[in-house]
Parts: sequence; C-alpha cells; structure tokens
Amino acid sequence: MMAAGTDVEPLTAPESVAAKPPLRSRRIGRPRPGQVGTALVLAVLAGLWIYPFVWLISASLKTSSEIFGGGLDLIPEAPVWENYSRAWTEVGFATYFANSVLITVGTVLLIVVRSALAGYVLGRYDFVGKKLLIGIFLVTFFLPEGYTIIPITQLTDQLGLLNSHIGVILGLGAGGQIAATLLYAGYFRRLPKELEESARIDGAGQFTIFFRVMLPLAWPITATVVILTFLFAWNVYLLPLVFTLSEPELRTLAVGMTVFVGEQSTDWSGMAAAAVISLLPVIAVFVVLQRKFVDSIAGAVKQ
Amino acid sequence: MTTIQQRDGAPVTGPRPRRRSRLRRMRDDWWIYLFLLPTLVGYGAYTIYPLVASWWYAFLDWPGFAATGTFVGIENFDRLMDDELFWNAFWNSIVFLVISVPLRVGLALALALVLNRKKTPFKGFFRTLFFLPVVTTGAIVGIVFTLLLDASGPVSGALVWSGLTDTPVNFAAEAETSLYSGIAVWVWKWLGITLIYWLAALQTIPADVHEAAMIDGAGAWREFRHVTLPMLVPFLVIITLIDTVAALNVFDLMQTLTAGGPSFSSEVIEIFIFRTAFGATVPQLGYASAAAVLFGLLTMLIAVVQAVGIRWARRRTGSA
Repeated sequence: MMAAGTDVEPLTAPESVAAKPPLRSRRIGRPRPGQVGTALVLAVLAGLWIYPFVWLISASLKTSSEIFGGGLDLIPEAPVWENYSRAWTEVGFATYFANSVLITVGTVLLIVVRSALAGYVLGRYDFVGKKLLIGIFLVTFFLPEGYTIIPITQLTDQLGLLNSHIGVILGLGAGGQIAATLLYAGYFRRLPKELEESARIDGAGQFTIFFRVMLPLAWPITATVVILTFLFAWNVYLLPLVFTLSEPELRTLAVGMTVFVGEQSTDWSGMAAAAVISLLPVIAVFVVLQRKFVDSIAGAVKQ
Repeated sequence: MTTIQQRDGAPVTGPRPRRRSRLRRMRDDWWIYLFLLPTLVGYGAYTIYPLVASWWYAFLDWPGFAATGTFVGIENFDRLMDDELFWNAFWNSIVFLVISVPLRVGLALALALVLNRKKTPFKGFFRTLFFLPVVTTGAIVGIVFTLLLDASGPVSGALVWSGLTDTPVNFAAEAETSLYSGIAVWVWKWLGITLIYWLAALQTIPADVHEAAMIDGAGAWREFRHVTLPMLVPFLVIITLIDTVAALNVFDLMQTLTAGGPSFSSEVIEIFIFRTAFGATVPQLGYASAAAVLFGLLTMLIAVVQAVGIRWARRRTGSA
C-alpha cells in the first residue's frame, strides 16, 4: 500500500529522458525504422490531442466571422485582443474569476484541515468506533454527485447559505473527499512513534504535537491533496450551477461560461476568449507542477 | 524510555497498558474525537444525511421548492417504471459506459505500453500532452467542442476538405451521433489519467522479467500476452472500476456539449435528474430523488461487482 506521491517514483521525468543518451538500449545502437514509425504515430496522435487547445487560442484572437468563414487556417489575420477585454469586463468574467478563486481556495483549505486532522488520528490511534467509521467511508467512496445534489441543496437552503460563497464551499468540501483522508492516514501510519514520545517528554500536548511536528512532516501529502482538491474545486460544475441558479453574482467560471453561451450564442470569439481565461490558471499550474501532478495521481491511485 | 504512561490514547502499534472500559476509553480519548469533529459533522451533514434523505424524498410528491412534500408511497417508482424518458436516459448511460470504458482503458493501455518502452523518444513530453485535457474544466471543454464540432467548425471543415463527407455535418447535433460525440470527447479528455494509472502499473513489473523473456526468445507480442498481461490483471480490474464510476459522472461534459439533445438522444441519467429537479418549469424533487436513488443503486451495484472482481483477481495472481 503506497500512500505518498513523493516516495513513488513510477515515471520517468522529461528531463531525464532527454539527458540520457541512447546508450541505455544496449542491444540496438541506432534507431530502427520501427522506432521512427512509433515516434511518428505518437506525434500525429499527440497533435490531435492538443489541436482543440491550439484551435481555441487561435479562435480567441480572431473575429467571429473569421472563425466561421476562415477555413482551417490557425493564424489569425490580425490578433483581436479586444475579445479578451470584452469577456473580462462586459460579460463579467472578472467576477466569475474572483468567485472561482475564492471558492477554490476555501474548499482546498477546508479539505486539507479536516482531512489532515482526521487522517492523523485514523492512521496513528486506536479508538472506539474506528472500524465503523472506516467502513462508512469505504461504502460511500463512490457515491455519485448526482445522487446527493437534491438533499444537499435543500440542506444548504435550510441553513440559509444557498446564495453565498460559504454555502458552495461547504457543499464541495464538507462531505465526501475520502481519498484525502485516506492519503493522510496512510502517511501518518508509517511515521515512527518515537516522534510523539520525545515531543511528549518535552511537555507538548496533542495539539502542539500535531501542528508543530506531524503536520509539517506530512507536507508531501498536503501538496498532493492541495493539487487534487484544486483540480476538483476549479473544475466542478453541477453544484455551483445549482447553488447559483438565482444569484448571477456568485457564478463560477464554468457556470458563467454556460450562461454566456445561452445569452450570446453567436459571439464565438468572445466565448473562445472566455474559455481561455477559464482554462489558463489550471493549465498554468499544471505546466509548472506537472511532475507533482502526475506523481500525485499515480500515488493516489495506488492507495 | 517507552515506559511513560500513555494517557492520551494508545498508539496503534504500542502495547496496551491495561484494559479499559469502552466508556473510559472514549472519555480518555476525547481529543481524538475533537480531531475527528470537522469530518464527522461535515460528512454526516453532506454525505450521510443526503444518502438517507434521498430515500425519504423518493417517497414524496414534492413540487418545486415548497417547504416539504407529501408522502405518496412508491408512486414515484411506479411512474419511473413507465417513464420512457427515464429508461431512455438509463440506457444512454449504459451505452455510454459500455462503449467509453473499454475504449478509454484499452487505448490508454496501448499508449502506456508504447510510452513505457525504453526506446520511445520524448516519453515525458508525450505523456504531458496526453495528460493536458485531464486538468481542464469539463463544462468548458463541452462548450469548446460545441464550437469545434459545429457544421461550420474545423472538424466538419476537415472532413469536407478531405472528402470523407460531402456536406458539412455537426455530429453533436444529430440524434444518431450525439451520444457518440459525447463518448469521443470524454475519452479524449480523460485518456491521459488512465494512461498515468497504466504507467504506474507497468512500473511494478520488474525489469528482469522482461530480460528473462528476452533470453527465452519471446517476441514482443508473446511477452505481452504471456508475461505482462497476466501481471496486469489486478490493475485492469481496479482501473476499470475507477473509469466505470467516472463514466457515470459525466454531467458537466454532456450538459454543456449537447444538454441531452437533440430530442433526448444523448440524455444521460444525471441530466434527467437535473432536468427533473432543477430545470423543469415545475421542479419535481421527489420524482427526481427516486431516479437518483435508482442511479445510486446502479453505481453501487457496479462497484460491488467490480470489488468482487478485484478480490478474485488478487487471489488468482496471489498478489496485488
């Protein structure tokens, strides 16, 4: 049972591939035709895979009529940056962006704190009711969101939080998300118990031990949970959609995008620009932290 | 040094100092429950309560956002059994699952095998490219593909240009192909994550297995068929389970790509629930809950069947 992303070394990093000379394949010294063919097929497939993004960026810099009638040419005649300012200010993506950031940050904080606390005691201590709790977690692991959305909406309405950021954050982060708790539990289980004992000799209480000693030690898991939760909260659609049906001011990027489409279905270039604005943060974070992303997911699935 | 009295709960691995009564243990371990409090409250309210409440709602006639509904017994389930649109959505979800999961799992495995070979150039670069759609927002991807697939968009343009079709066509807007366009986009979006699962699985196969097969003179195909594949069976079951559950959670992509249309041809079960509960002029919360409950049962059934499959696979290979 592997728990952490960092101590899993399942994949080759891009740098190391480039750095290693082909000496590694001992049997064959020079590239065979088969190898070139493989590379070619891969390249064509990879081209297909990123084409939608290239097309999207190109479309976001064209005029709408150019997108409709310009054929397959990807280079815009003259980049129309005005598409971006239109989406940002007139359509309201500045507000949507702020909402998405706020909701994502709140959800990530909530899930990290509550998962670390619960994972710590689940991983390191025996207590009455532990087996029951783990049993409940496992049974509800695959609960689909379409199943719980109606009662969650009712509950949030009764709490008076239906049209607020905090309502969306609680809806996303308060329940579910068992993978994060299990990741923490798995990691804390493997830390030596002398850690607590020596801290206790120094007179530290449970809370000091957790926040000063244990939580900092678990940073690799925290990084993994932050990345996975960030992806989840930034990309989630159903819950923010339902929660903000009557409150346009609270729309996230994904919800705002669909409203935009519904209201101005002919403004293709504005839509493309808005889509780029929505996707850019998550893609930027991915490109910067891609090694950690991939390891996080590979590590989490091994749990 | 390990003789200090453990007042605050015994570590899992440590020796139990002495037997304590349940109540006594619970009182001594109060801080443990304090640590669990945020999870217990949040999970209770936002996961367990909805799980139970859905069942209760399913027996109510509950129009709109009235304060509450009236109990009508199994009437909602009765109506569902005769509701053609419900069964249409149900079968669409099944078709989606049955076609998309093998595609996603199989294509990703083929790609992983290629990317796992030492000789393949630019492995990291290709892996990154295939993973890129995974991090993007499903709802946005759905909208972007409505543009890409539009009759005057690039996909249709490329097909006409290459002579594969005579007239521009929008696959997402045709009743015969809308569901399959959704499947194609979904596989495109999520292939990268399954690829990562497979690459992680392939890393568990020791290199000397490959060398032993080489020495025995096994070709690439025979090595895959008789050496690699049997070792991958436990992973195959787990990855299929993860992807199957994912294939039942496609609301964001399908709602924005086709919204279930045209004329319900691509309406999956989640869109049916959403439409009934929130999208209709007269929302029917009880009726939608009954559909949600059946949907939850279906998901659980599939998860249980596959969990049994995992057990079986582990026993067969003797490891995992």
